[in-house]
Amino acid sequence: MIYLNAFIFAGIVCALAQVILDKFKLTPGHVTVIFVIIGAFLDVFNIYDKFVVWAGGGALVPITSFGHMLTHGAIAGYEDQGFMGLLIGTFDLTSAGICAAIIFAFYFSLIFKPRD
Amino acid sequence: MEKKRYKDLVDKYTPKEEIFYNAIIAFIIGGIMGVLGQALIDFYSYYLTIPTKEATVCMIVTLIFLSCLLTSLGFFDKFVNFCKCGLIIPITGFAHATMSAALEYRKEGFITGLGANMLKLSGAVIIFGVVSAWTFSLLRMLIGVI
Repeated sequence: MIYLNAFIFAGIVCALAQVILDKFKLTPGHVTVIFVIIGAFLDVFNIYDKFVVWAGGGALVPITSFGHMLTHGAIAGYEDQGFMGLLIGTFDLTSAGICAAIIFAFYFSLIFKPRD
Repeated sequence: MEKKRYKDLVDKYTPKEEIFYNAIIAFIIGGIMGVLGQALIDFYSYYLTIPTKEATVCMIVTLIFLSCLLTSLGFFDKFVNFCKCGLIIPITGFAHATMSAALEYRKEGFITGLGANMLKLSGAVIIFGVVSAWTFSLLRMLIGVI
């Protein structure tokens, strides 16, 4: 059942992004940034956590979960370590994704040549 | 007047079904990406007995790895041209932006080319993510204090 929920949630997010992209003639960069901010906002009152429970991987794959994890880390850091925790905890959960992207991109760009 | 006429002309010749058709494709591809993510989490947690929280991280790293590999082999650009937001909005789009910038600027040298430009496209996501996350959690903190 969770697979159907994952399909529906991820599909709706992507379709919404596509409609925004086509309707307002934006670049993909704008749309990604909009969705990151939406994800960060939805985590303020723990709304996105309910999506994660409901849709599982479907809610974790879209870029909205990147914003969600940033806010989640910052709030968890604040609860642990007080005011400075806002800065310490921000990258706690997302560092895996950012580091993986940078490391793979670096080594693959040494191995492969660009092609058009 | 000129601008209005131009806009009317453009609207007249812009195909209307295109938006609907693109949205359907993005829905299907995005949905498949979501199912793939859930399947990877289940695979890691059942067969390799990794706790669910770390299985999530493994799933994200796997998707980033696949996306980087396919981008450097040259397939991913064609997929993105066809599926558009179906692949840009999932975490694969972030990896694709980083990887294609790295490939493109590699020939301009290591420090000034690769190092300075790798996060050119995906840097926007990190910067606005961090700024909005910090602002929103500060707001929540202030609400909690009051």
